[in-house]
Amino acid sequence: MKKIPFRVYYIVLGLLLLLSLIISARVGAVPISYEHMFYFLRHPGTSIEEQLFLQIRLPRVLLCAFTGAALSVSGALMQALFRNPIVEPGLVGTSSGAAFGAAVVFVMGKSLTGAWADTLGPFLLPVFAFIGGGVATWLVYRLSNVFGKVNVNTLLLAGIAVNALAAGGTGFFSYIARDPQARSIVFWNLGTLSGADWENTGIVGVCACLGILLSLFYSRSLNALLLGETEAGYLGVHTEKLKTRILLLNTFLVAVATSVVGVIGFVGLIVPHILRLLKSSDNRFLIIGSALLGAILLNVADMLARVIVAPSEFPIGVITAFAGAPVFLFLLIRANRQQQKGGFYA
Amino acid sequence: MLEIQGLVCKIGSKTIVDGVSLSFDPGRLHVIVGPNGSGKSTLLKAFSGEWVPTAGAVTYDSVNLTRIDKLHLARRRAVMTQLPELHFPLSVEEIVMMGRYPHFSFSPTPNDRAICGQVMSHLSIQPLSGRDYLTLSGGERQRVQFARALAQIWEAPASTSRYLFLDEPVSSLDIHYQHQLMQLARDLVKEKIVLIAVLHDLNLALHYADRMIFVKQGRIVAEGAVPGIVTPSLIREVFDIEARLLEDPQSDIPVIVYA
Repeated sequence: MKKIPFRVYYIVLGLLLLLSLIISARVGAVPISYEHMFYFLRHPGTSIEEQLFLQIRLPRVLLCAFTGAALSVSGALMQALFRNPIVEPGLVGTSSGAAFGAAVVFVMGKSLTGAWADTLGPFLLPVFAFIGGGVATWLVYRLSNVFGKVNVNTLLLAGIAVNALAAGGTGFFSYIARDPQARSIVFWNLGTLSGADWENTGIVGVCACLGILLSLFYSRSLNALLLGETEAGYLGVHTEKLKTRILLLNTFLVAVATSVVGVIGFVGLIVPHILRLLKSSDNRFLIIGSALLGAILLNVADMLARVIVAPSEFPIGVITAFAGAPVFLFLLIRANRQQQKGGFYA
Repeated sequence: MLEIQGLVCKIGSKTIVDGVSLSFDPGRLHVIVGPNGSGKSTLLKAFSGEWVPTAGAVTYDSVNLTRIDKLHLARRRAVMTQLPELHFPLSVEEIVMMGRYPHFSFSPTPNDRAICGQVMSHLSIQPLSGRDYLTLSGGERQRVQFARALAQIWEAPASTSRYLFLDEPVSSLDIHYQHQLMQLARDLVKEKIVLIAVLHDLNLALHYADRMIFVKQGRIVAEGAVPGIVTPSLIREVFDIEARLLEDPQSDIPVIVYA
């Protein structure tokens, strides 16, 4: 393995993230020059360009970074938990389950909670997304975990079945929905960051930071889990507790982000994988690195989404799918070769 | 001191371990032998706390195993299982460091690093330290796993003894490393470690064990000091094969040859 210390990777990724944030804040339907950006930050005023930058562009760029970080870290968590490199939140049902939960809220809305609607307010969507994502992930995990071992075939099949079930549920709700509701479900299923404002950026930001910090706390136990549940137990890890907590943490990270930006697939798959190829499978590195690299990549994807069809905008989920699906196929082919040769990367 | 009282382990309706009572003192190398499926590995799992027995009690220094916290147990009890599977690339160094995981809370201390270094040079796997575990041969992996188990219990706790369980620790090793590992195990025994190993090679067991325990169908057939305990009739009874004991003029340990 290469002898560059982890710190160097963090610094380089951190700088790249800063750079991508600045560039991403510049481009879009209305380009904003760097001089103006820094001027606006120091001297708040009320020009239209400034309103655009402070109220629309800036929250969007930050929301994008937090979402990318949250999704990638949950990808790393799920890969460690399932001990399989092809797992990501989309595959194990978290995203589609959360989407289903959100569709329920879109269509049923206030009739669902009645008098409670006002108190729940902005939390209605995240809470339902969390429940939906959690139930779906738990189902896939239970179905694929036979006698303490995760069987990849069962995992893929269980993932397909639960995803289909959730997609069917989402489809049902968009069918019975009135037109504007249905449109928001469809758009939301492809992922969109256009709804960014300071309120939802704040919610996602706080939850993402909290979730990532908690994940770091479990990184050592997750490393031990790579050897198998029995071995991890011998190293003093309470494996049952750990599994439940990681599943909850994953659902928390994905559901909150998903409830705001919709379903964005494949980020959670590619990011930890790139980091593994770059350096190491140590989970502490993967979690910090995924947070940084995920934020960078999703920012670049969102920049593309705004640029290629400007002044309109492209669904970001389409871009991540185009970039991610080939990586997924590449991994599957490598995984098949594993049965004939030594290790996954051998 | 490890004590086992009336141990019974069942999977569903199948009885794997059927009423075993034994005690293991530190300072001796205890070796369990028996045919495939006789319950040897299950015994180790019950001793080490991985399995909760259906009936009976396991006590460490007179404290019931069920009353010892998992993390505290991990600081003084290590288990080397038959090769665990790994699906991700990790460096040998990190795998050995896993043995120190129960001892530090976020980052390894200089002491943890020093222990890993000592263990690796003890097992002559220092040259492998930067290598990816997945690229190692079976024998190299087995030595790395042994190093991990050693690193876990390298330091003696103040008042309690340490416990080391080895489940077929030499199954992939060449003859040189088989003897190196067993010799190391012998040296460890002097340090007040309760050491129990499951072995298949009876000659290797005769050479290094202080005490042998013969297991068949979940029961203890015979147990006692080496070499006196080993007789052709016992081998026939347990393994269903004819054997003779030949005297080695160079040592007082007999050699088993199979008919």
